[in-house]
Amino acid sequence: MTAFWILAPIMVLAALGILVVRKAVHAALLLAVVMVSLAILYLVQDAPFLFAVQIIVYTGAILMLFLFVVMLVGVDASDSLVETIRGQRALALVIGLLFGVTVVIGIAQVSVGAIAGMDTANADGNVQGLAELLFTSYVFAFEATSALLITAAVGAMVLAHRERLVPKPSQTDLAKKRMRDYAEHGRHPGPLPNPGVYARHNAVDTPALLPDGTPAESSVSRVLSARGTVKTAPEVADDVVALVERDNHSTAGARPTRAASPASSDDTDGEEVR
Amino acid sequence: MEAEPFIVLSAILFTIGGVGVLTRRNAIVVFMCVELMLNACNLALVTFARVHGNLDGQVAAFFVMVVAAAEVVVGLAIIMTIFRTRRSASVDDASLLKY
Repeated sequence: MTAFWILAPIMVLAALGILVVRKAVHAALLLAVVMVSLAILYLVQDAPFLFAVQIIVYTGAILMLFLFVVMLVGVDASDSLVETIRGQRALALVIGLLFGVTVVIGIAQVSVGAIAGMDTANADGNVQGLAELLFTSYVFAFEATSALLITAAVGAMVLAHRERLVPKPSQTDLAKKRMRDYAEHGRHPGPLPNPGVYARHNAVDTPALLPDGTPAESSVSRVLSARGTVKTAPEVADDVVALVERDNHSTAGARPTRAASPASSDDTDGEEVR
Repeated sequence: MEAEPFIVLSAILFTIGGVGVLTRRNAIVVFMCVELMLNACNLALVTFARVHGNLDGQVAAFFVMVVAAAEVVVGLAIIMTIFRTRRSASVDDASLLKY
């Protein structure tokens, strides 16, 4: 029972977390917490086979599948807060709360009676007992399960398969397209420019500067600009100016000797950034 | 070791899963909440198996797991297909039949 009282609050908290976290990845990790805790509760209740299956199938396979799909769909595809049906969220919470209270009260009033325990059922071993049941009384359900699994596998393959509508462009086609773009739109046929390399920023999220001082948009990855994490060159310059000013303020009174040297070196950084 | 706390925990997890299905808008998270509900049912099945002292409840939980695995595979493939055509994983955006 100790395991239960330790795990139950963790599980309820993790499950509530699934309701409130914004990102799907966090929800998947919280679900993993719930599932591993459930596996331990199965072990506590003399179901070692289900403990193994829960960890291997749920935590190992199903959750990994969830994480793969989250990665394919986009990690930052978070929930929209717009309600299509007005008041639906509040109503769902109220109904859920009512349902939960009703069920818990109902269960609290029922007595399950004497607990038989698994000692006699697990006498020949849990796996052996389950196998005997599966292949005698539940053999038809078991056979139907195999049909279900093969249908699911084929269905997933059909749904995930993408039919190629146009032939795949070969290297010759791509080279021709590049030269045509150059001839018609004047687009540079060579590789794209590198991102900016400055004294304080040499990361891929800072665009390079053209000779006239404007940032070269094509020098940073399209994905980064879609996420809005690209630093602009003026921003970096302001960053440097702010740093210099803060340095001047903080060190002016306390350590006047240090104030001059970082300011002068940062000035050159700012120069380069501009 | 009494059985009621396990059943109550199972009911609470089931309720949380149900509320999640109703309130969340991301199709993947909705699916995770469905999984949470299935898991809560499994906990109740295993507990009742212990109460009755036979293995039928555990076999039922095993079947639930198999069906859940099949359901997740097909469901996630559907979500992927919808995302590919509509560039969105929100359940509100799949509303073509409405108009």
